[in-house]
Amino acid sequence: MNPTVHGARLGMERGLREFRHSLGSEDQIFNMVVAIAFVTVLWFQRDSDVEAAGVTLAALTLPSMLGMSVAFGGLVGPAGQLSLNREDGTLLRAKAVPHGMVGYLVGRTVQTSLDIAFGLLVILVPGLFLVNVLSDAGAGGLLALLAVLALGMLSTLPWGAVAGSISRSPGSAMGITMLPMMGITAISGIFYPITALPGWLQGLAQVFPVYWTGHGARAALLPDSAAAAEIGGSWRILEMVGVLGVWAVVGFLLAPTILRRMARRESGAEMEQRRQAALQRVR
Amino acid sequence: MVLEVRDLRMRYGTTDVLHGVDFTAGPGEVVALLGPNGAGKTTTIEILEGFRLPSDGHVRVLGVDPATGDEAWRAKLGVVLQSWRDHGRWKVRELLHHLGRYYAPYSTPHQTRPFDTDELIETVGLTEHADKKIGKLSGGQRRRLDVAIGIVGKPELLFLDEPTAGFDPHARRDFHDLVHRLSDLEGMTILLTTHDLAEAEKLADRILVLAGGRIIADGSPDQLSRQVAGKSEIRWTHGGQRHVHTADDATAFVRDLFRQHETGISELEVRRSSLEDTYMALVQRHESGQAKEEVAVL
Repeated sequence: MNPTVHGARLGMERGLREFRHSLGSEDQIFNMVVAIAFVTVLWFQRDSDVEAAGVTLAALTLPSMLGMSVAFGGLVGPAGQLSLNREDGTLLRAKAVPHGMVGYLVGRTVQTSLDIAFGLLVILVPGLFLVNVLSDAGAGGLLALLAVLALGMLSTLPWGAVAGSISRSPGSAMGITMLPMMGITAISGIFYPITALPGWLQGLAQVFPVYWTGHGARAALLPDSAAAAEIGGSWRILEMVGVLGVWAVVGFLLAPTILRRMARRESGAEMEQRRQAALQRVR
Repeated sequence: MVLEVRDLRMRYGTTDVLHGVDFTAGPGEVVALLGPNGAGKTTTIEILEGFRLPSDGHVRVLGVDPATGDEAWRAKLGVVLQSWRDHGRWKVRELLHHLGRYYAPYSTPHQTRPFDTDELIETVGLTEHADKKIGKLSGGQRRRLDVAIGIVGKPELLFLDEPTAGFDPHARRDFHDLVHRLSDLEGMTILLTTHDLAEAEKLADRILVLAGGRIIADGSPDQLSRQVAGKSEIRWTHGGQRHVHTADDATAFVRDLFRQHETGISELEVRRSSLEDTYMALVQRHESGQAKEEVAVL
């Protein structure tokens, strides 16, 4: 039995268990609020047609929401969990166990993936009652969507891990991920076609993954005629793969070093300091 | 030697926390690292656990430098951490079983690993709470779980940093019994830190007193007591006047006293200074800087 492989296998089990724990917990309140908010948006958009695209605004927004959720979950999820686990000592425990770090990281990845997948279903299932984007897309479109979402996750996950490693507290991890993400989402054509924005904002948005995950999801699910509402009037699959790929590659080159450095520094004394800081915050 | 520490030094910025700590521990020994808060106990134990790199010195834990210790080395160590709120959604048995399985690849015919989960839960007295969520445990129950997690891999060497902080007297006694059982039955070598002298006296085969970043005394509780037994306080009244005297040999002093004054001595009191007094004296002497270089080897 190779101990590293064994640790990774235990990590998968760990991820599944933590996902199950989260299903029955107050985490789902957040999912419900998001679902209600998104369905409300779709409800108001269900009758407004986008002339150029030949589809309703709601039909554009639903795939965009899926793309955005993946990028959001890939960045904010691991950042929050990692910083929380540094504070509460989960990480130190992992460090004290042989190959516990491997188990921890695999577990976090599995759990984050399941969290994101579940979050997508929570948006998609009620959304389909308002706009049935899947019926036009067919099996090929669904596979393309899964590929886009997987790439989107790979492009943000390592950055979430980096943010969780460098932040001093769960609060600051949220601050350095959530706030920029909200700003980027606002300019990425998720809730309204990006072509309505000034050119320089369009340019800025195309640097980040959110626009491209949304674009890719629309390309996968919508008819070709809908490309008319996109920048340049066409689906830009190569560019999407390029931008998301660069984020993923740079992220996966950077994250292991930063994670290792963070893990090496973890000690009981460090954790105790964070514990004291957290208790101060609570009071 | 299970533990070998020579001239261990630690410096944070410009502050020296450890100024050359020396000690060793053999197989099966229970060693208490005793000292006031801020003496460097936690720093020392974290260096030995491999969680912290020392500034200088020679450290060997199970024959390996903790800075380069691999996972197979890690599998032979047990670390009892002070949990706070980690794994709050896991159940007691679930987490112990999960963490124990990381040790399975390191099981040998000579030493099977890990502990049987239910047996271990019983050992630490959590059977009733095995299916409880960890977040719902009381402070004392949580600490027992910490100990269980520390020993789940049947370590050869166990580190306990302030193990009974926040325990009530009953939980403290249960814990002491557990430590005795571990060292007697499993032959574990145990290094624990504490600032409670009574606890060190009860648990340890050997006490190391750490103050100001140095080991200032090293010996069995008995040796420490005997060293102190020499200094006793004698009080008596003679001719309406109260006298106080400190003597190394109280018996001889009192015999002498009666030889000098056959009558007229009353209210005689002889008080041997306790181990606590010696400890306080040692630490105080050290902190006032009188014992900078001298180490009391007993």
